[in-house]
Amino acid sequence: MNWEIIIQYYPKLLEGALLTLELVVISGVIGVLMAVPIALLRASKTPWVRVFPFCFIYFFRGTPLLIQIFLIYYGASQFEAVRDSVLWVVLKEPYWCAIIAFTLNTAAYSAELFRGAIQAIPKGELEAADAFGMSWLLKTRRIVIPRAFGIALPAYGNEVVLMLKSSALASTITLLDLTGMARTIQARTYTPVELFTAAGVIYLVMAAVVIGLFRLMENRFNRYQYYKPNVDQLNVDKP
Amino acid sequence: MIDLHGFGHLLLAGTWVTVKLALVSLSLGLVFGLLGAAAKLSEYKVLRAIATTYTTLIRGIPELLIVFAIYFGGSALVMGFASMFGYDEYIEVNPFMAGVAALSIAFGAYATEVFRMAILSIPQGQWESAQALGMTRGKTFFRIILPQVWRVALPGLGNLFQVLLKDTALVSVVGLQDIIRQATTAISSTKEPFTFYLAAACIYLILTAIATAGTLWMERACTPQLRYKG
Repeated sequence: MNWEIIIQYYPKLLEGALLTLELVVISGVIGVLMAVPIALLRASKTPWVRVFPFCFIYFFRGTPLLIQIFLIYYGASQFEAVRDSVLWVVLKEPYWCAIIAFTLNTAAYSAELFRGAIQAIPKGELEAADAFGMSWLLKTRRIVIPRAFGIALPAYGNEVVLMLKSSALASTITLLDLTGMARTIQARTYTPVELFTAAGVIYLVMAAVVIGLFRLMENRFNRYQYYKPNVDQLNVDKP
Repeated sequence: MIDLHGFGHLLLAGTWVTVKLALVSLSLGLVFGLLGAAAKLSEYKVLRAIATTYTTLIRGIPELLIVFAIYFGGSALVMGFASMFGYDEYIEVNPFMAGVAALSIAFGAYATEVFRMAILSIPQGQWESAQALGMTRGKTFFRIILPQVWRVALPGLGNLFQVLLKDTALVSVVGLQDIIRQATTAISSTKEPFTFYLAAACIYLILTAIATAGTLWMERACTPQLRYKG
């Protein structure tokens, strides 16, 4: 183990880690925003409404993320119309292609999670909302989404860790994320063991932070599950 | 239909490499998973600690990084070893071997958890009755526990195999001639990236559909009550 190499290139690796985080956060946020309507359509009772979300989810969950990235980054250039359009400003940049691919991918996976959560909401709560005369929109906004959010939270935490790991694929389209940085430096210094170990440790730390954050959120949003009534306060009238 | 300009056979050759890689990694990964689960449930603290470190490390590190570490790091290790015997030429680790190693290690880490939960789901009484019949622990495990664990673990393992199938794509990055690599070769002469990557994506969709069907078939095969019609 050559520690000097690790110390010398540590700032560079952290720079890469920052790009990794940036990719995960941006595509994660847009991905969730996309996943909610897709999940609502997917959980719909009308069959033809379910067709589009089903195909979308099937394609993005059934093919490797690497192919999805290549399809967007290299594939888009095949069409003259795309290269001449305004879209090309975005699609020629590997950064935006990676974000588009990650967003669509995580949207598909989280939509499936949210669908499961929507269908797991106790029926009585939805009936109660109907009994109050809530419209579909009000019921969805006040009851379905907040409830599904709480149910899906632990599984969504796993999805974010998986996304953090799959963001390493950004390095295949020339981006210098944590993996890309480690690989580039490694090609210069020929010290694969040191650099990949250092990068692996940084990934582990990031994964641990994500898991910790989700545990905090879980304690906060699902606190009714952890609520323990204080017995002494309940029995104040006891002689 | 998609026009492949006569490059279809390349994609098929790549598909065969992908399938081979997936199946070899699966069989090795299942062994790692069983060993990991056995270690996690063992009475020795050291074994438990090793297994926990293994699953925690591997599940927090990107698969691509594992592939790189084994491919490049493996070369460095083998070369370092060879130079002790006075051999200083460059040695490259075969991408297929590196792929099998990386994917089976990753699969094994997740399979460890699946097997552990499945083994725990078998009632303690079965261990005890086997002991009462005079069976050793090993015999009990292989004759009584494992056949039942298989049934409980199958759905989880099926999901993991889907993930493994898609992760084989990563090995193309270090030069394995799989579906993606062959598509890239075809693209360099036809200049039609979208067509070929879409074709590759369709092959993956077919492969995952076959894997799903296979898992469902095996689930039925080892759950007789599903097949029983009054």
